[in-house]
Amino acid sequence: MEADKRARWDLGGAQMESLLTDIARFKGESLWQDAWRRLKANRASWWALIFLAVFGSVAFLAPVLPLPCPATIDLQLEPQPPIAPWTEFGNDNYRADYWDLNAIDQGMVNLREAIFGDWQLSNWLGTDAKGRDILSRIIWGSRTSILVAIAATLCSLIIGVSYGAVSGFFGGWIDNLMMRIVDVLYSIPFIFVVIFLITILNTPDPNQEDGGVNREIVFYVVIGAIYWLTMARVVRGQVLSLRETEFVEAARVIGASSARIVFVHLVPNVLSIVIVYLTLTIPAVMLFEAFLSFLGLGIEPPKVSWGLLAVDGSEVINPVRIYWWLIIFPAAAMGSTLLALNVLGDGLRDALDPKLRGKD
Amino acid sequence: MATALDVRELSVRFDTQHGNVQAVDSISFSIEEGETLGLVGESGSGKSVSSLAVMGLVPSPPGVVSAEAMLLGERDLTQLTPEELRRVRGKEVAMVFQDPMTSLNPLLTVGRQLTEVLEIHEGLSQSEAFKRAAVGLGDVGIPAPEERLAAYPHELSGGMRQRVMIAMALLCNPKVLIADEPTTALDVTIQAQILELMRDLQERHGTAILLITHDLGVVAGMSDRVNVMYAGRIVETAATTPLFDAPCHPYTEGLLGSVPDLTGVAGQDLYSIPGQPPDLAELPPGCAFAPRCSRAREECSEAIPATVSPAAHRLSACLDAELLAEKGGLK
Amino acid sequence: MSAPLLEVKDLKKHFPVGSRGLFSDNRRVLRAVDGVSFKLERGQTLGLVGESGCGKSTTARAIIGLHPATSGSVKLQGQELTGLSRAEWLPLRRRVQMIFQDPYASLDPRQTVSSILTEPLTIHKLAKPKERKLRAMALLDAVGLNPRHIDRYPHEFSGGQRQRIGIARALALEPELLLLDEPVSALDVSIQAQIVNLLGELQERFNLAYLFIAHDLAVVRHLCDEVCVMYLGRIVEQAPRDELFESPQHPYTKALLSAVPHPNPHIERTRERIVLTGDVPSPLAPPTGCTFHPRCQHVTEVEDDRCAKECPSLFYSDGRSSACHLTATDSA
Repeated sequence: MEADKRARWDLGGAQMESLLTDIARFKGESLWQDAWRRLKANRASWWALIFLAVFGSVAFLAPVLPLPCPATIDLQLEPQPPIAPWTEFGNDNYRADYWDLNAIDQGMVNLREAIFGDWQLSNWLGTDAKGRDILSRIIWGSRTSILVAIAATLCSLIIGVSYGAVSGFFGGWIDNLMMRIVDVLYSIPFIFVVIFLITILNTPDPNQEDGGVNREIVFYVVIGAIYWLTMARVVRGQVLSLRETEFVEAARVIGASSARIVFVHLVPNVLSIVIVYLTLTIPAVMLFEAFLSFLGLGIEPPKVSWGLLAVDGSEVINPVRIYWWLIIFPAAAMGSTLLALNVLGDGLRDALDPKLRGKD
Repeated sequence: MATALDVRELSVRFDTQHGNVQAVDSISFSIEEGETLGLVGESGSGKSVSSLAVMGLVPSPPGVVSAEAMLLGERDLTQLTPEELRRVRGKEVAMVFQDPMTSLNPLLTVGRQLTEVLEIHEGLSQSEAFKRAAVGLGDVGIPAPEERLAAYPHELSGGMRQRVMIAMALLCNPKVLIADEPTTALDVTIQAQILELMRDLQERHGTAILLITHDLGVVAGMSDRVNVMYAGRIVETAATTPLFDAPCHPYTEGLLGSVPDLTGVAGQDLYSIPGQPPDLAELPPGCAFAPRCSRAREECSEAIPATVSPAAHRLSACLDAELLAEKGGLK
Repeated sequence: MSAPLLEVKDLKKHFPVGSRGLFSDNRRVLRAVDGVSFKLERGQTLGLVGESGCGKSTTARAIIGLHPATSGSVKLQGQELTGLSRAEWLPLRRRVQMIFQDPYASLDPRQTVSSILTEPLTIHKLAKPKERKLRAMALLDAVGLNPRHIDRYPHEFSGGQRQRIGIARALALEPELLLLDEPVSALDVSIQAQIVNLLGELQERFNLAYLFIAHDLAVVRHLCDEVCVMYLGRIVEQAPRDELFESPQHPYTKALLSAVPHPNPHIERTRERIVLTGDVPSPLAPPTGCTFHPRCQHVTEVEDDRCAKECPSLFYSDGRSSACHLTATDSA
């Protein structure tokens, strides 16, 4: 009987070995590859992606670039207007003015010194009321924005996706409870939480070496903590609908464990929505950071952020002298970045949409 | 018998950034008053797109519709402006769609959707329209029609919704009713009810019906003549009984052979047409059915076979049409 | 006499619907499956036929453990399947498998075919890891697909080909019993024929038992040895194939057979049709007594209004059964 069964089910697997070399010819294109191809074909999104890649690299390489130090204070009374880039090159000593940088950044500054020596660009975008170079501040400020974006993204991803997936997968009272918690958290006006937390953590503690750094980390965590809520809801919704699809039922029928179903089947199918949401969350986070810094609750000088640039700009607004470069350039920088992110998010959504896939 | 609808050389092409798809390729057909013409084909055959083209509902980019003429009675639909076409649509030619779940607006009551048709096309006042709507619902066999007018689509069953759709289509007494797979989404006992209803209404009003379906049983029972479509072209035209008795195209033959039916020997292997339905974006030159045809020869792939008439009142686009006619005893 | 491969006794699956709010209690029970019993022997095909809402898909899902049964017994060669935990089910997955209806939804779009077919092998630790892919390729070949396409994705296949992949997946664990939930309903006619033929071949080759669920009677007649007709969660008639189609006893079966359009104009235009009135009642509010009685054309022939008061049980005779007062009294 058993031998019978064995003979019956012998499908000739051994003969398949000879075909293994042929497989590469027929290799399929996964949905990710298909999405990437469609994203590239979308001109606007492609340029947005390139812009953001350039922007990201410039921000990362900020210490290497021959920029005037963004923190050097020179209390001329007036902000200087921009200088045409080809007319002047500065040549100042900048070394001593940098605040405490971490090791990588220090290394990059050393690299800069090696490449450019003392030479640096002049104030091509002008200076602000405290004599700090605008171009440099914009570029260094973008680093903060990126850091905030990454922090919020990671928090969103890790907490939001797992929370939502668990809630959606189990359903029933677990789902109810978890979503009610999210509802409650949603209703808290976060500005108060932020103020509260930052005030508490601002109390000078003689035991702490550097209260400023701690506050910054808290700041990043708080921002991330706010933005996971929407991600959790979105993921939960997707998981709820995916749970009832036939391929998940099929996975159960072949004996897959819950963990396998969640991580092998559900999460990859949810990822596309997660990615789109991330690209749309990041602009919101950047704006929120700017807003908090504007209120004085975020980044503190001598560190730079785009929010602080807005503060500086607003401080010198008066009807007599118009220091337009203090507003225009930071606004342009922030605006174009947010635009690029939104365009990319749009393009990603179209590229990842399974329904549109069949249209080519 | 006057001709209710006469379509000549209708083509529909979709221009996408990835290439052009010829969904419908120069088809011609006509329906007499009071007659039912069956349009049979599988998915991708172009039957639904053809009907949308007649109604003027093909989205215009990316779709490009061209026809020598589409005569509805005396008027040529291709010559009408969009405004004139809008007035014709719903009044002189009406359509019933496949999925009753999604073809009714879930936010409006049934009564509102019915009266909308009347208000637009016949300029009736609300109260008059409601009375006509109630009569219309009664005609399609819905019990207590006045009460039903206030119901929302989700409160009705699939069969009822399809009856409402038919009522909506027939309200203005159109000359032509296009039914696109009207019973595919319904249970078989409900399907029987709906088909009987349609036969009944056709007798009473003399409407010409263009019945689009893939179900050969429905075609056998409902239609007077049949067009078989494959890859956007009409491959065979005949009256219903002769078509089933003696098909003159290999595709029709294959199709009839692969349908299991309740008579005949049970348990034997079904005849199955080998291969896959064609990819419309990459049609082979010549006859689109050739890759799957047991009779295919070299000539078949060289040029699209011309449509010939192997017997009286029959058309077939196959080089072997005459042979098949002989085989079927038509000669 | 060994136990039948599959024995279902009085299987019930009820879904609680509605909720108890602060001001109202509209909890109701949806009796999706309300007492279903049948037997299936090795190598045989049993058809479960009915229209939407009759509970046939739910029956299959209850048998295979996707929905825990409310009550009743399901035995796989004597082994009780109801009430098993996930761990207890695991070894049984190698004996019972399922093929789903929608070829576009039953394959994970993010997995390659290789991954789809080797997943069952991986879960059950069958075959050495290097051999799993070879086995997957052999499965593809067995269902009529090109084994070289093993690294492709589902969206690169047509509907019929996807259904073949679904069949290959079900065969990966070498089961004895396959539940087929409307496997050809979503396919074109010409492809349906291919898949139906394939299923027949596979059954013979691997000595599989099929529980074939469908609403298309013609396809059922083609593949099944025995047929059960379901209506609103109950079996109303059960008979060997030829007897059911040639001499149906239950009024619903007669109406169902009559409603199927014949692809033959000579028959279709001249035959007498039984057209039922009314819609299929909602399973939430089934009629009293015989659930079919409001639509039954013979209801007046039974005296005392029994049809409305008393639910007929299955009356057995000569290897077939029917749940109808009329049949029971006729044969008495």
